[in-house]
Amino acid sequence: MKSFKYLIFRRTTQIGLMFLYFSANAYGWHILQGTFGSSLLFGVIPLADPYTTLQVLSAGFLIGADVIIGALIITLFYMIVGGRAFCSWVCPINMVTDLANWLRRKLKLDKEEVNYRFLKRRTRYWIMVLGLIVSAIVGIAAFEAVSPITIMQRGIIFGFGTGIAVVIAIFLFDLFGVKNGWCGHLCPLGATYSIIGKKSIIRVKHNHEACTNCMECKIVCPENQVLHMINKESIFITDGECTNCGRCIDVCKEDALGFSIKKLNKKS
Amino acid sequence: MKNSNNNRRKFMATTLQSVGLTALGGLLWSGYCDEAKASPLVLRPPGAIPEEQFLDVCIKCGLCAEACANRESNKNRDGTQREGTLKMAKGGDHRLIGTPYFIPKDVPCYMCDDIPCVPACPSEALDMKSLLNKKNELDINRAKMGLAVVHKESCVAYWGLQCDACYRACPLLDEALTLEYQKNERTGKHAFLLPVVHSDVCTGCGLCEKACITEKSAIFVLPREYATGKVGNHYVKGWDKRDQQRVGDRKIDEIETHDERSKQSPSDYLNREIEY
Repeated sequence: MKSFKYLIFRRTTQIGLMFLYFSANAYGWHILQGTFGSSLLFGVIPLADPYTTLQVLSAGFLIGADVIIGALIITLFYMIVGGRAFCSWVCPINMVTDLANWLRRKLKLDKEEVNYRFLKRRTRYWIMVLGLIVSAIVGIAAFEAVSPITIMQRGIIFGFGTGIAVVIAIFLFDLFGVKNGWCGHLCPLGATYSIIGKKSIIRVKHNHEACTNCMECKIVCPENQVLHMINKESIFITDGECTNCGRCIDVCKEDALGFSIKKLNKKS
Repeated sequence: MKNSNNNRRKFMATTLQSVGLTALGGLLWSGYCDEAKASPLVLRPPGAIPEEQFLDVCIKCGLCAEACANRESNKNRDGTQREGTLKMAKGGDHRLIGTPYFIPKDVPCYMCDDIPCVPACPSEALDMKSLLNKKNELDINRAKMGLAVVHKESCVAYWGLQCDACYRACPLLDEALTLEYQKNERTGKHAFLLPVVHSDVCTGCGLCEKACITEKSAIFVLPREYATGKVGNHYVKGWDKRDQQRVGDRKIDEIETHDERSKQSPSDYLNREIEY
């Protein structure tokens, strides 16, 4: 059955989290305060972004214990449970790039398959490493100085200023430039979470007996290289680049895909 | 054989290009970050560690700004929340994006007794220890956010008009900001009441700047590193026992000038009649 179940779940989660962050500033709520860099859950539990924390440390300064603890909590959560779910269930930029991607399909901009020689899906890992090197050279967290993710989030909480230009730029790049250009090729945060969440237990599982090879899942998937097993093998999608967004499950008319729990450290 | 050579050449070329493009990206990125760092005239929240470290250690989470805006004392009479002192730098503010700062003329720091912004900081970019007094309590009077500076030519008190708006606004009245009396030679019978800032006490809260009545404030807060000078270690207050002691205690490796004489301890050459 084709549905929008997970899409609606995701948008509710994303918008709900953004609203909680917004309300912490606007109404003084103590449910979820701060931004992704560092947050406070229920006014007690520290959460912090692992990649941001690494950048600060590689720039050569010590950081407070709360941030270190927060980064460990987030790392453990996505490592064990969520996989790369941050990208599709939390990050606000995902809504922008999903919109761009949807428009691309509607405007039929995807007809021509273009091969960008130096913009591969692995480019993001280079950028991730480069971000740490640049942080060390310049002495500030380099990706945080340009990150459209926190620029957008702070924009929602504290006001955008001209920062909205960065968000528009990402939208235009993904719409008219490269398909899944930002989230699938460039974003070092997504790269970090891909690595962290490689072995997580919540995974999409494919049942090739039910598959009719309609390829709807591959059309809609933002990281469709992870769906190499479609109509071939009944296995988990174990690639760390899968964002657990569940769009493939939504569009599959034959229920050949579904969320399932994979045992830790099991191969398939 | 020829094929493997071709493959190797292709591999080499691709690697070289990747490395080159990464270096190019790194240069552009570093260049941008280095420029973004250079936002000199910015006032940070109380307890902020030195600017260069602050720019990195601050994780740009905004918890300080949220604590500032949502503090109990920041409500209108009808219970609605007022704008907080701390702003988070956004695109177009020309400060490193995401870092907290304040503009005294918009909203000065009201120097809350409980300092809500500082304990909120998870990364210790706002250092609680720097604000502890002798009793180990948080003491906002120890904050050094900036330093108020008076521009005499645009201050009407220096014209001889009576204005003590800044003096009255100062939370550390008669300590950080005093009025000095001087005879007005122009009229011969009036006094100047001149505002004078004392840099050892001034916290840089900016209430004076906010209160100033001139079109553009004649008293304004600058970051300390821009508003202060430095004498250098080689000047000694001969009338101050402690400063004298400082010279006596100086170690040889702290001396900047290196010649035959500097191999000796300064107290030796001052006190014993050693010939060089």
